[in-house]
Parts: sequence; structure tokens; C-alpha cells
Amino acid sequence: MSDAKKPSVAVYKFSSCDGCQLSLLNLEDELLDLAGALDIAYFLEATRAVKPGPYDITLVEGSVTTPHEAERIRQIRSEARFLIALGTCATGGGIQALRNFGNADEMARMVYAHPEYLEYLDKSTAIAEHVKVDLEIWGCPVNKHLVLECIAALLQKRKPNLPQYTVCMECKLRGTVCVTVAQGMPCLGPASQAGCGAICPANGRGCYGCFGPAGYANMESLSERMHTLDRFPGETALLLRNISGYVPAFRKAADELHIANAASQKETK
Amino acid sequence: MIERHLAISSVVSLPKTELDALLAGLRHNGYQTVGPCLKDEGLVYAGIESLADLPRGVISEQAAGKFRLVQTGQERYFDIIPGGQSWKQFLFPPRLTLFTAQKDGRWRIAPDGEPAPRYALIGVRACELAAIEIQDRAFMREDYADPIYRARRRNLFIVAVNCLHPAGTCFCVSLGSGPRAERGYDLCLTELDDAFLVEIGSELGRSLMTELACEPASAYLQNAANQGLEQAVKQMGRHLDTSDLPQLLAGNLDAERWEQVGKRCLSCANCTLVCPTCFCWDATDHTDLLGKVTRRERVWDSFFNPAFSYFAGGNTRPAIRSRYRQWLTHKLGAWKEQYGTLGCVGCGRCITWCPAGIDLTEEIAALREEVEA
Repeated sequence: MSDAKKPSVAVYKFSSCDGCQLSLLNLEDELLDLAGALDIAYFLEATRAVKPGPYDITLVEGSVTTPHEAERIRQIRSEARFLIALGTCATGGGIQALRNFGNADEMARMVYAHPEYLEYLDKSTAIAEHVKVDLEIWGCPVNKHLVLECIAALLQKRKPNLPQYTVCMECKLRGTVCVTVAQGMPCLGPASQAGCGAICPANGRGCYGCFGPAGYANMESLSERMHTLDRFPGETALLLRNISGYVPAFRKAADELHIANAASQKETK
Repeated sequence: MIERHLAISSVVSLPKTELDALLAGLRHNGYQTVGPCLKDEGLVYAGIESLADLPRGVISEQAAGKFRLVQTGQERYFDIIPGGQSWKQFLFPPRLTLFTAQKDGRWRIAPDGEPAPRYALIGVRACELAAIEIQDRAFMREDYADPIYRARRRNLFIVAVNCLHPAGTCFCVSLGSGPRAERGYDLCLTELDDAFLVEIGSELGRSLMTELACEPASAYLQNAANQGLEQAVKQMGRHLDTSDLPQLLAGNLDAERWEQVGKRCLSCANCTLVCPTCFCWDATDHTDLLGKVTRRERVWDSFFNPAFSYFAGGNTRPAIRSRYRQWLTHKLGAWKEQYGTLGCVGCGRCITWCPAGIDLTEEIAALREEVEA
């Protein structure tokens, strides 16, 4: 098949660590197939060769944190037939969205000797806050097999198999002993979107929801339960205010725990 | 020779160390021996070679949403009440490839050609035997039998264990499924301080026992086992009033209690996945990038997963409340009509392994109270 007939792909990076793009490059066994099925037209992490748009499939890693990025994502959208937000920075604002809870100017002053050279937005936000996104693939980083599944589904014009259930189901499918029940550890698994394969509980630690909240997460019940297991003050709130901390369901749950914590500290004083 | 004395339903005593010889004998007969092992502060079912792999001197304390291992220091192997895993994973595996298909001009389907494994399950409790019997009714019906389940089931060798120390979430007595294993085993052990009492349940079990250093069980040992079991009946941590359950559930679909439990339920599916009788599954196709090879996989599913009840046009159970209600109305209600038995064996796994600590015995009691008020 000539390159002209193959669907073209572009991969862009916004504010992010490159980890999700690296997940693509880590598809070692499938990389040749990918290169055979797709025309890789723009992927600076992989090649300097750049072909002009528009592109059939556009993958965007990272969140929008600068005025330049806010402009650039609109330009990219205008050249994208199908736009995929890749990874939790792109789908939820990412770990850098922790700054959304404070004052960006104050933080810039603390970190940089000359913050006056910086241009940044007040908040780190998901791609979907700026342009229409056709598909979101969550994860920090994404599960490379799910990315491959989405690309295969697009090529075959079918719906991708993306799990809708929670991390608990992945623990049970792989036979992991529940860290909450057997070790009394707070874990966001019962409210978090599956897809990772339950890596954290399988390695003896609670889930911190890097794939974001499940669509039907019962946050009130989860907070109430996990909060009673905190091994240090605020542990569950910190799990919530993590990689997916700015995603509304987790944000609200953490806010409510902080209010409850503050109230109980006031009482003990 | 002792051989001529052994028959099906004979009761003999076996020195504990002879269990190693039994396991070796089973492997010699082509079985993979699987049994309870400690892992990550829990108890799982996995391959075992000898007594040394079993959890010696450990019991489990269980409560709603809580499982803890406790050391007793005693020379005992089967006092521990099991963890979240059940034997269903060996008959109805969590993930299984059904077939692969290749497109080579036209589609060619290759069924999964692996022969069914031969498992010897070591340490199956009475409630777990009852659960296997219930899954048999779902997977080995006269009209529709599941060939994968059937082949694995026919290959099974079962070493049952009578339960002498029920845990806090146990209620097999309420369902009449324990603590004594009555049938459905090849061999049944009762663990006493110095020996196992072994009841022989099948011809293969009998022939394996003839190779071991067993002796006729003394009246003293048999009495000790019976007394232990009588005590166990009194130690159930939970109770479930099973009277008229199908009617209670079907007649009160709009009870306030469903709202209440729907607020606590996380819809995480843990209860259904640890349940030894639950059998929901999904079939998913996995294609390669070029669309030339596809693999169909069967994977455990649950109606707590909203995708399970999604049909063209919408979800038939959009609220957590309705998903939880489905769990109880099926397990403790419609199941009776479908399979002639309730779907619960009183093992308590759904109570222990619920991260929110929801207790179905408590839910049923509360529903009764609401209805009677």
C-alpha cells in the first residue's frame, strides 16, 4: 500500500512529560505493523520528517497551560479529522493541574528567578475544555495496548473496547488480594476507571485514580469509607488530589474531605 | 493388607505428613494439585506441592469489609476460612480464549485446542462444594452445556475439608450447605490435632488411599470430629432467615431499603466476582491492527458494570440502586425458579470483600423489618 492511501497520523505534545508518547514508542512488537498501517506524518518524538496536514488521526498528549498552547490546539483541531486526547494530562489536566488549587503567580515567583519572562494561563486544563475531542484515552501513562486497540478500531471502523468498569474488576480478574479489605489501606479502585490492569494494588499500594473516576463512581460512599482507613491525616484526600485531582468528581470529593478534616481538627482543638 | 478393608464411605485416619504422599499420588495420576496458600496478607488458591505450601498455624478473622490473618502457632493447616478467591476460577476461568480466527481470503476459525486441565482441588469447604453444585446447574444444563466448564468439571478431583472454625461472616448453616461436607467429594478430610480423618467418596479416592499409611479410624477420633462439627454449627458469625425469600424480594421492589443501600454501594462488582456461584461473563473480540487476526475472549463480568446492562438505546439498570437490587433479587429470589435452589451458599465472601462493608444478611433483615412494619 502506498503512503498516500494509508491514514495519516500526527502526534503532538502539550504540557506533559512525554510518557504517553513514549508508551507509543514502547509498542515494540507492534511498531512495524503500525508503521505499515499508518502514514506517520507528524511525530517529532519519533522522527524529524514532517508532512503537511490535514491528518486523519491526531493524538494530543499534555494539557493546555499557556496562551500559546490555547491558540495552538485550535490550529491542530482545524487540521484533525479525528482527535484523540492521549493520557490524563490531556483528558483531565494532569499532575500540573495541582497548581489550579493555588495561585499561579505566587508559585511562579517561588520557582523562577525571573517569572516576568513566563507566559502562562491561570489553570492547567484538559484538551476538551478548549476544542472538541473525539476520543479520550486516560492514564498516567496510557496503557499502550489500549492505544493500539483504539487505533485498530479506527482503522477497522468499529467501536474500541475500552473498559467502563472499575479497577476492582481488574484486581479480581488477575487474582490480586484487595489491599483495602486485607490490609486496611485506602484505595480509589472502587471509583476509578479501569484500563491500567490494576498495577498499583498488585504491587501492594492503593489506587490513586490516574485513569480518572469511573463514569458512575459513588464518591460519597467511597470517601466516607476510605477516609476511616487513613493511616495519616488526609491520606484519602491526597489520593484524590493527585494525577486526576482536577477532574470534577475527584476535586469535589477531596474538597469535601478537606472541609470535614478542617472541621474535625477545629473540634479537637 | 489394608486394601481389602477400604471401600467408598470408609472412614480412616491418616497421619498429617501423609498428605504429601496423597498430593504426590494425585500428580502421578496426572492432576495439578491446587490449594490454599498465603499471599499478600490474604489467602489465594494456587498450585501446591506439599504440606509446606499450606498456611500452617494461621486463621483468618473476617468482618464486613475486613480480612485479617492471625497467627495461632498451632500445627494445623485447614483452620483458616478462605479468602476472596473461590474454586470457580478453575472451572470458569476469569479470562479464556474461545477461538482465534484468521482472514486469508476468507475467515478461518481455529478453536482453542488446549485439552482441559486436570485439577485436584485440595481443601474444598462444604459451602464451596455446594457452590460448585450450583454452578453445575447453570453450566451443565441438559439443554445447554458449556463445553469448557463441562470438560474441566469432569476432570476434577475434590479433596473436601470439614469446617471446624467458621469465621465472622460465615452463615452456611442458614443455607443448609455446611459446615459438614455431605457429598460431591472424592475424599473428605477432618483435621484433628494429630491426624486427618478421611472419608472416602469415590473409587479413585479409594484407590489413592490404599497407597497411603492409613488406619481404620478409631471411635475416639470419629467422635472428636463429630463434636468439632457440632461446635462449628454454633459458631456461625451471621444468620440469614431464608423463609419466603423469593416472595419477599419480588414483592418489595420499591422498598425504601434499596434507596438506602444504593447510596452505600460502590457498584465496584467485588461481591459478584468473589461469589462462588456468580457466573456473568462477557465475550470480547480482540483484533490485530491490520484486521487479519482476531481472538474472542470470554471474561468475567458483572451487572455492577453499567456496560453489562447497556442495550441499544440505553441502560436497563442506570442507577446503582437497581444494580444492587438485581444482585439480591436474582441470587436470593429468581435463582430458585431458574435452578431450583437459592444462589447463595452462606460463605460470606460478599460481606468480607465488600470495600463498603455491605452485609447481605443485614440487608435482608432490614428489608423484612421494613416490610413487616
